[in-house]
Amino acid sequence: MKKFIVEDLSVRYSDDNESLRGINLEIEANAITVLFGPAGGGKSTFLRVLNRLNDLADVKEMKGKVFFDGVNILDSQTDVIDLRRKIGMVFSRPVPLPLSIYENVAYGLRMAGEHSKAKLDAAVKNALRQSVLWDEVYDRLNDSGYAISGGQQQRLCLARVLALEPEVIMLDEPTSALDPVATSKIESLLTELKEKYTIILAPHNVQQSARMADYAAFFLMGELVEYSNGKEMFLTPKDKRTQDYVMGRFG
Amino acid sequence: MEKKTFSSARVTQGFGFMLLRLITLLTVIPILGLVGYIIAKGAPAINWQFLTTMPTDGMRAGGIMPAIVGTLYLTLGTAIFSVPLGIAAGIYISEYAADNNATRLIRIAIINLAGIPSVVYGLFGLGLFVLFLKFGTSILAASLTLSIMTLPVIISTTEEALRGVPNSFRVVSTSLGASRWQTIWRITLPQGMPGIITGIILGLERAAGETAPILFTGASFFLPQLPKSPLDATMALPYHIYVISTQVPGMPIQIQYGTVLVLLIFVLGMDLTATIIRSRARARRQW
Repeated sequence: MKKFIVEDLSVRYSDDNESLRGINLEIEANAITVLFGPAGGGKSTFLRVLNRLNDLADVKEMKGKVFFDGVNILDSQTDVIDLRRKIGMVFSRPVPLPLSIYENVAYGLRMAGEHSKAKLDAAVKNALRQSVLWDEVYDRLNDSGYAISGGQQQRLCLARVLALEPEVIMLDEPTSALDPVATSKIESLLTELKEKYTIILAPHNVQQSARMADYAAFFLMGELVEYSNGKEMFLTPKDKRTQDYVMGRFG
Repeated sequence: MEKKTFSSARVTQGFGFMLLRLITLLTVIPILGLVGYIIAKGAPAINWQFLTTMPTDGMRAGGIMPAIVGTLYLTLGTAIFSVPLGIAAGIYISEYAADNNATRLIRIAIINLAGIPSVVYGLFGLGLFVLFLKFGTSILAASLTLSIMTLPVIISTTEEALRGVPNSFRVVSTSLGASRWQTIWRITLPQGMPGIITGIILGLERAAGETAPILFTGASFFLPQLPKSPLDATMALPYHIYVISTQVPGMPIQIQYGTVLVLLIFVLGMDLTATIIRSRARARRQW
């Protein structure tokens, strides 16, 4: 099943940095789609179009269509707040909100109007369990989100997204600030989570891309060079530029 | 050769630092001298009676209670008008207004407002609140006048405090489905609050110490009783100091210094509060 169908998407910022040109891409549900390529290729921009987070940025021009479950979310009628609840996002640096661990996880639900203490408690516990953080923090939920290690913070950020029970989870270089142990924790977590969620991952290196990809899309300077399933992409890339990048000849 | 250059650079640096330290010290001396002098001269006048009774004998004896109470009223009145307005405007400029020429113009206007001499505010208040709106010389008119003077300070410090909150918090909050207002209410405003409170106190402190804006709008030479409503005029510390220093012959000098000391304590106390709030918040800050 296709979760997203992107048609002819072009984005340009006011300062003409990292733009996207004519992207056509379909993203499968319940799989990990990896977006990879050198920095400045448009991966982050692409992700931020999918949950309309780009609305906060200085976008000069946006063209094309992005269908999410058949509905064009670039339409001005789109309820972006509802959209963002369905499409969660984890960022490259863990940024806990300046609140307690508990409140970080409960934040999205509270903003959605959930007041029931029992429901929030259950959701927080469940989300922290899913992100394999519960055992490490259950006795200090009221501590600041900054009182835990970087790896734990990133799992907190994931729990924060999971608490909203989204349909899609997007991760923009989620392990770039983490050590190998914390990285492998997040990676194995994602592999489990894809049973329930559609996952779009922009790894910060080719190795992680190859490890994680069910499907992979190679972005280069704002263009989608190649898209295929993960195995093909990293074993037998078709485009010369993809070959060069996967082999480590540039990037 | 090399060694010599090195050591001469060190001598120059040492000399430079010493000079800077000396100059810094020089700037502090007048302030310390002023405060010390006023404390030495004014402290003997201050006692419970001085703070809590009405002036007697044409203000040459008795206390300064109505002036203290009046300044409290005016500061409070100023806070009522300027704090909500100032914070709202600061939030708007920092969080909502598009970055265009109109916003830049507003920002320049606000900065310039802060530079207008206080007597001009006084005359403006006289024209608008006292005469045109017919509030008369009153606490209301004086508070409104002081509010206009205080607003730019509160607006700019609010704006700055909110800009100091990392943008990543706004992005994260938005990505979790918070509306712009929810993000402001839950994250940006609480995080900027220490800075905002500091700005409020600094603004009100200036209002509490000003004479010119209340001169035409609400301050009274002498009143036999405390004001009963916001439409009454009031005595106030800064104006009282002016009056007893220049308008009353045969004024005992220690009452003058005592009154100055009370105003100074009032203002420095607010300053100290602001400093404590700021340093506490800084120690608690996690990011």
